[in-house]
Amino acid sequence: MLRMFLALIAGGLFGAGLMLSGMTDTAKVQGWLDIFDNWDPTLAFVMGGALVPMALAWRLTQGRRPAAGGSFPAPPPFRLDRRLILGSVLFGVGWGLAGLCPGPALASLSYNGWQGAVFLAAMACGMLAAPGINRHLDRTAAKA
Amino acid sequence: MEADWIWGLAGGALIGLGGAVYLLGNGRIMGASGILGGLLDGSGRSSAAERSAFIVGAVLMPLLIALLSGHRPDTHVTKSAAILIAAGLLVGLGTRVANGCTSGHGVCGISRLSLRGILATAVFMLAGILTVAVLRQTLGVI
Repeated sequence: MLRMFLALIAGGLFGAGLMLSGMTDTAKVQGWLDIFDNWDPTLAFVMGGALVPMALAWRLTQGRRPAAGGSFPAPPPFRLDRRLILGSVLFGVGWGLAGLCPGPALASLSYNGWQGAVFLAAMACGMLAAPGINRHLDRTAAKA
Repeated sequence: MEADWIWGLAGGALIGLGGAVYLLGNGRIMGASGILGGLLDGSGRSSAAERSAFIVGAVLMPLLIALLSGHRPDTHVTKSAAILIAAGLLVGLGTRVANGCTSGHGVCGISRLSLRGILATAVFMLAGILTVAVLRQTLGVI
């Protein structure tokens, strides 16, 4: 119960922050990526505002345990794998195309019209296609 | 508008606070693509309840704010179904191949100085910049 309650609060803060910061406005996101014309710096302020409490939270994990039990995620070992690069390229192209990424797509669902629903449905299909592609990439990487 | 950066900073702080609650409370990294993707492909079945609760909060809180304030924010989202479908597929696939998006790799990764998070963020920003440069500035399609 506590885990669900905390997750609901976290999700609420996340959604509210995305909405109020203007990050559910695709014009502001594409404006951030549009460095050659009419550049919109808002995303940098959003990222800056988010990094401060988050960096503090990582500090607070030291020597503690999560309030609802379990343990904190260990930092993943640094691997420069092709999945990280290939996936990020695909994601970046899609992000630039519509100005939506997964968080804002969820946060704006209630006021983003049919377009928000279409994007989210396509995103879900992409997510469902990923495990098969990942298996293939991991298998061929192990051979190389 | 002059106030945009203030709203950006304040909203960003709320996003970071949400990530802090999820980390310090549940011991989990707040990544929107991971939370949703794990729910969809079944890899996060053991934590399905908290994943669902997070998504409910993320969807309903903005709706609540919109209803209470009587202000529906403009998203300026494209009306092209083809672009929405192509973008959605790429975002869904890409974030699950790379294991993270703007919240997981960006906010949570950079704040713990994770090299993978920093690298992923640099790559998807660059890919996004090039996409807008080619498709908007050069071809004028988006």
